[in-house]
Amino acid sequence: MVIRKYDRETLIKFYREMKRVREFEEKACELFAQGMIEYNIHTCIGQEATAVGGCQALEKSDLIICTHRGHGQCLAKGGDPGIMMAELFGRETGYCRGRGGSMHIASIDVGILGANGIVGAGIPIAVGSALATNILKTTEITLAFFGDGASNTGEFHEALNMASAWNLPVVFFCENNKYAVSVDIERVIKVKDIAERAKAYGIPGVVVDGCDVLAVYETTKKAVERAREGQGPTLIEAKTYRYHGHFEGEPQVYRTEEEMSEWKKRDAIKRLYKEIIEAGFASAEDLADIDREVKEEMEEAALFAKNSPWPTENEALMYVYSNDNERSVAR
Amino acid sequence: MRQINYSKAITEALREEMRRDEKMIIMGEDMGVMGSVFGLTVGFMKEFGENRVIDTPISENGFTSVAIGAAMRGLRPVVEIMYVDFAMAGYDAIANQAAKVSYMSGGTLSVPMVIRTPAGAGRRSAGQHSQSLEAIFTHIPGLKVVAPATPYDVKGLLKSAIRDNDPVVFIEHKSLYFYDAKCDVPEEEYLIELGKADIKRAGNDVTIIAWSQEVIHALDAAAQLAEEGISAEVVDIRSLVPLDFDTIRNSIIKTRRAVIVHEAVKRGGYGGEIAAQISDELFDYLDAPVKRVAGSNVVIPFSPALEDKIIPQTGNIVATVRELLHGGKNAVFTNAV
Repeated sequence: MVIRKYDRETLIKFYREMKRVREFEEKACELFAQGMIEYNIHTCIGQEATAVGGCQALEKSDLIICTHRGHGQCLAKGGDPGIMMAELFGRETGYCRGRGGSMHIASIDVGILGANGIVGAGIPIAVGSALATNILKTTEITLAFFGDGASNTGEFHEALNMASAWNLPVVFFCENNKYAVSVDIERVIKVKDIAERAKAYGIPGVVVDGCDVLAVYETTKKAVERAREGQGPTLIEAKTYRYHGHFEGEPQVYRTEEEMSEWKKRDAIKRLYKEIIEAGFASAEDLADIDREVKEEMEEAALFAKNSPWPTENEALMYVYSNDNERSVAR
Repeated sequence: MRQINYSKAITEALREEMRRDEKMIIMGEDMGVMGSVFGLTVGFMKEFGENRVIDTPISENGFTSVAIGAAMRGLRPVVEIMYVDFAMAGYDAIANQAAKVSYMSGGTLSVPMVIRTPAGAGRRSAGQHSQSLEAIFTHIPGLKVVAPATPYDVKGLLKSAIRDNDPVVFIEHKSLYFYDAKCDVPEEEYLIELGKADIKRAGNDVTIIAWSQEVIHALDAAAQLAEEGISAEVVDIRSLVPLDFDTIRNSIIKTRRAVIVHEAVKRGGYGGEIAAQISDELFDYLDAPVKRVAGSNVVIPFSPALEDKIIPQTGNIVATVRELLHGGKNAVFTNAV
C-alpha cells in the first residue's frame, strides 16, 4: 500500500488540510446563503486533494498563483481562514483590505501572488515570478494553478512556451474539473488529456488522479524538485470534480445526477479517511477530533469576519497607485 | 550645451538606469540581439547580459504578464511593445492585470514597470502601425501615462518612469525617433517629475495644449501666428496621468482661450477630457469655446496622399487659432481635422 510510505503525522496533516478546505467552503456557502457574503463565490468542494496535494509539495517560501476557484489553494498554501473570510466579506481586515474579494486573495508573505478573475491570466504572471527567481538567483519555485478552461486561452500557450524556452522554475498545475462553467471540456478540446499539450512545448506532461491526495502530492513534489534542480517546468493535469455549481445556485443543467454521484464515490477526503483507518494510523475517534477542531476553526474565522470593520468611505480611493496616488486619481 | 536627438535620449535614459539599478530588466521583441527595431538598445545585451536584456517571443499579452510577475517579485522591468497598436494584443495584461494589482491587493503588492511603446503616424505604416492610443490607457485607473515630445523631456521622464513604483505607459512618437532637430540635454543626471506640464512657449492670446509630436507642430504654429501678431502660449502637458491642471488653469486665466491639439482621433480622445475639465472649472474665464484640433475619426491610411491630411498639421492649428481669435464667440468653425 502506498500509504505505508508515509508517517502518521504527514497523513494526519493531509487529512486535516483537506477537511479545512471543505469546512471553509461549506461555511462560506452557509454565509453566502445568509447574505453575509454579498457577491457570489466559486467553491472548490470536491477539489480538496488538488489544492492540498499541490501546496504540500511546496516550501513556505515558494509561491503560487491562484484561480477564481482559489479559496482551497490559498488556505492550503498557509492563508489564515479568518483573514480570508474577512476578504470574502469585504472587510478592512481581509488580505486585500476588502478591495479584492473572493476571487482576488493575495499575500506575498504567505506566498500567494494573487488570484485572477480573468481565466488564464495568472499563468504568465507565474512565469514572470519564476523569471525573477532566476534573475535574482534565489530558490523559490512558482506554481500556477489553473483550470481546464484556462488551457484553451492564449495565455496558457504563451506562458508554457516562454517558460520552456527559458527553462524556468515553474510548475503548471491544471485542475481539470471537467467543466468550463457549463461546457464539458471534451466538447472543446480534441486531445484526450490536457497534459498532452506539454509535448508541444518540449516539457513533461503528467496526468494524475486528482481525487488521490497522495498521488497529487507525489506528482507535484517531483515537478517541484525538477524545477528546483534547474530542469525547467512541468505540466500537471489533475482530474478532479467540483460538487457545487460554477457559482452557488447555478442550475447545473449540463451534468447528470449519475455523473455527480459517480464522482462523489471517489471523494478524496473519504478515501484518505478510509485508508488511514484501515492502515491503523489513526482511529475514527482521532479523526472525529480533527473534524471538530476544524469546524471550530472555521466558526472562529466566520466570527472574525463578521466582527471586522468595513473599509471606510474616505479610503475608497486609496491604493490605486503605489505613489502619488492622490494626484493620480484626482483627474 | 551638448545636443542630442530623441532616440539617443531614450537610449541614454535606459542605459543609465540599467547601470544604476541591477533589478531593472529590459524585455520585448527584438530588444536583445538586434537592439530593438528602432535601434534603441544596440549593445545593451553585450553590456548587461542575456539575463537582463531579454528577447521575447511574439506574445504581447504573455511577456507583458511575465513582466508583471517579475515586478511583483521585486524586479523593475521595462517592456517594449514594438508598436502601440500591438498593445491591443496585450491589453488584458496592461488593463486588467498591471493596472489593478495595487488596488485589488489593498496596496500590499505593486507593479513597478514601464511599458515603452512607439505610437503615431506619418511614416506610411497604415492602420495597424500608426495609431495614437493614449486615451485608451488614461481611461484605466492604475496606469500612469506619459507622452514626451523633446529629447530633454523624454530622457528625464523615462528615468522617472523607471523609478516609479506604478505601471507607467510611456508613449514615444516614432516620427520623433527620426526627427533631425536636436536639443540641449545635459550630460549630468537629471530627472523630470511625472505630472508636471511645461510651458514650451509663453504667450497671452491663446493657450495651445498639446503632447507628443503635436507639441512640435504647436510650436511651429505659434511661430507663424506671432508673425500675424497673435501671441500663443504652448503648454506641453508631457504627462496625461497624473495631469498638471494647475499649469493649464494658470495659462487659460491669462489667455482666456484654449485649443487642444492631439494626433489621436478626435472622438473619445484625451482632448475631450481636458476640454471638459476646462469647461467645468474655468467657464467664467473663457472668451470662446474650447477647440480641439485632432485626428479624423478614420483608420490611418497608407497612401502618402491621404495620411498627412487626416492628422493635425501646423496649418490646421494656425487656422483654428485664427478663427478663435478673429471669429469671436459666434464664429462658425470649420470641422477640418
